[in-house]
Amino acid sequence: MKTFGGPALFLDRSDINTDEIIPAKYLTEITKEDLKPYLLEDLKLPGFDPKSDKTYGAGAVVTRANFGCGSSREHAPWVFEVNGINVVIAQSFARIFRQNMFNCGMAAIELSPEKIDQLFTYAGSADASIEVDVANSTLTIKGGGREESMQFDISPFDKALVLAGGWVDYADSKY
Amino acid sequence: MGMTTAQKIFAAHLVDEPFAGTKVLGIDVVMCHEITTPIAIADLMARGKDRVFDNTKIKAVIDHVTPSKDSKTATQAKMLRDWARRHDIKDFFDIGANGVCHALFPEKGFIRPGNTVIMGDSHTCTHGAFGAFAAGVGTTDLEVGILKGVCAFREPKTIRINLNGTLPKGVYAKDAILRVIGELTVNGATDRVIEFGGPIVDAMTMESRMTLCNMAIEAGGTSGICAPDRVTVDYLWPFISDSFASKEAAVAEYSKWASDADAEYDKVIDLDLSTLTPLCTFGYKPDQVKSIDEMAGQPVDQVYLGSCTNGRLEDLRVAAQILKGKKIAPTVRGILSPATPQIYKDAVAEGLIQIFMDAGFCVTNPTCGACLGMSNGVLAEGEVCASTTNRNFMGRMGKGGMVHLLSPATAAASAIEGKLADPRKYL
Repeated sequence: MKTFGGPALFLDRSDINTDEIIPAKYLTEITKEDLKPYLLEDLKLPGFDPKSDKTYGAGAVVTRANFGCGSSREHAPWVFEVNGINVVIAQSFARIFRQNMFNCGMAAIELSPEKIDQLFTYAGSADASIEVDVANSTLTIKGGGREESMQFDISPFDKALVLAGGWVDYADSKY
Repeated sequence: MGMTTAQKIFAAHLVDEPFAGTKVLGIDVVMCHEITTPIAIADLMARGKDRVFDNTKIKAVIDHVTPSKDSKTATQAKMLRDWARRHDIKDFFDIGANGVCHALFPEKGFIRPGNTVIMGDSHTCTHGAFGAFAAGVGTTDLEVGILKGVCAFREPKTIRINLNGTLPKGVYAKDAILRVIGELTVNGATDRVIEFGGPIVDAMTMESRMTLCNMAIEAGGTSGICAPDRVTVDYLWPFISDSFASKEAAVAEYSKWASDADAEYDKVIDLDLSTLTPLCTFGYKPDQVKSIDEMAGQPVDQVYLGSCTNGRLEDLRVAAQILKGKKIAPTVRGILSPATPQIYKDAVAEGLIQIFMDAGFCVTNPTCGACLGMSNGVLAEGEVCASTTNRNFMGRMGKGGMVHLLSPATAAASAIEGKLADPRKYL
């Protein structure tokens, strides 16, 4: 069973757009792997360094509302994927980004503002990490000697895509 | 209970409902460009599935960076070109015939009321102006669309926006949609279709309706939609005249896709635009909108007229009317990119290109390049562009650059003054 999550990267802002996740000038790359050095390159947030080990060592992203708005570029999920991030947890997502995540067999998890706030209480812990069990719709956050688990909702279709490894394999076997 | 346009299209195209709330639809038109398609092609080849479901339903264009600017973009163009040849995709538009996808494909008559349309481009919602369900998708959805002719969606709820009254002089479809996005906010329509109606929409040309629907995604909308009517049929007539005895018959047939009077909406918003002023964005989100009265006087380095939002002939006419006999400010760079070769030719024939060039505009070939900071007008650090495009994210047109979204008329007035300016004094 594929594992989801890892060290948590907290991005404390709403409306982080696809240009900030991967700028358009890199859309000329024609393999996913080539996107690797450009993760979140244009994202300007207080205390956030796109080039840091913390960014490149992350396995899960926690953020606020309307994450991934803007372009349809799947390069946004891909730049996460090639850097080992396969979970984004947000209060809400832009539709295309959310679908792109599931289509790639990754998880875009929506939680209530209260639960997102609760996850952000771990943002100060250097060792904060998140594990996601997609099959059972639970996530566990650990850090600073604390640990807690939460349930999340995921549509049965999105869950099926994640468990199938993505939409191409799912669709090709079915349609 | 009646149905909305989107519900009718979903019902007519349903292939499968693998889970409650998930609809797999058959797709009528799959559109491709050279930025998001090559990786889909490469993946299909790697999987040993280099096939297309129906080469007559696939349309492709090289439009984002054309002519190619470097080896990488030349390779992307080549991958799309080779693939189109390999699969005998007749509706493939290469250099000399290529234009901005969401302007070119409607112009070719590819979209009909009731169609389902996908493309690996967020502004695919533009095609909803024809009463179609048209949605931007990522490369994997595109790949499955190419291979299987299907795409999965959650059944979208519909927000109905009634644009009431009449648009005042100097106020256009662009101002109307900026007003709507200001109302909805940038995620107010997520997982929703935005259905535009009311007297202002009824009176709009297809070009203006495309401008409205183009920016549905800027409020998070899956698609924008306008009901098909006589205006739609007049636009499509050169392509459908063989299929109908009369325009009235076509209107009668296509009107079945209009929402029923008793359709259920998620929300209905009535906006009277009779006193609307020209608008302009002020920040880095498309819902940050102010009246041009409040913005006038702020300097700009570049004025860009073009894109899938506002690079059509009626946009060029409005701007040329303001620019005629005038020079743009010496401190500003004016760039015009007519959205398609046909628009370019028509603009030459009407004398519009002469007006732009006499005023000091640089006229480029049709391309998306500047809008997303890829080519033909990228901004330098700290520069400001008054632009008829659709997205004003930080650095959108070039790292460190700022974009003000506005109408072609407001862009033209701003070019003359070298700063954001109210177009009404020039009309």
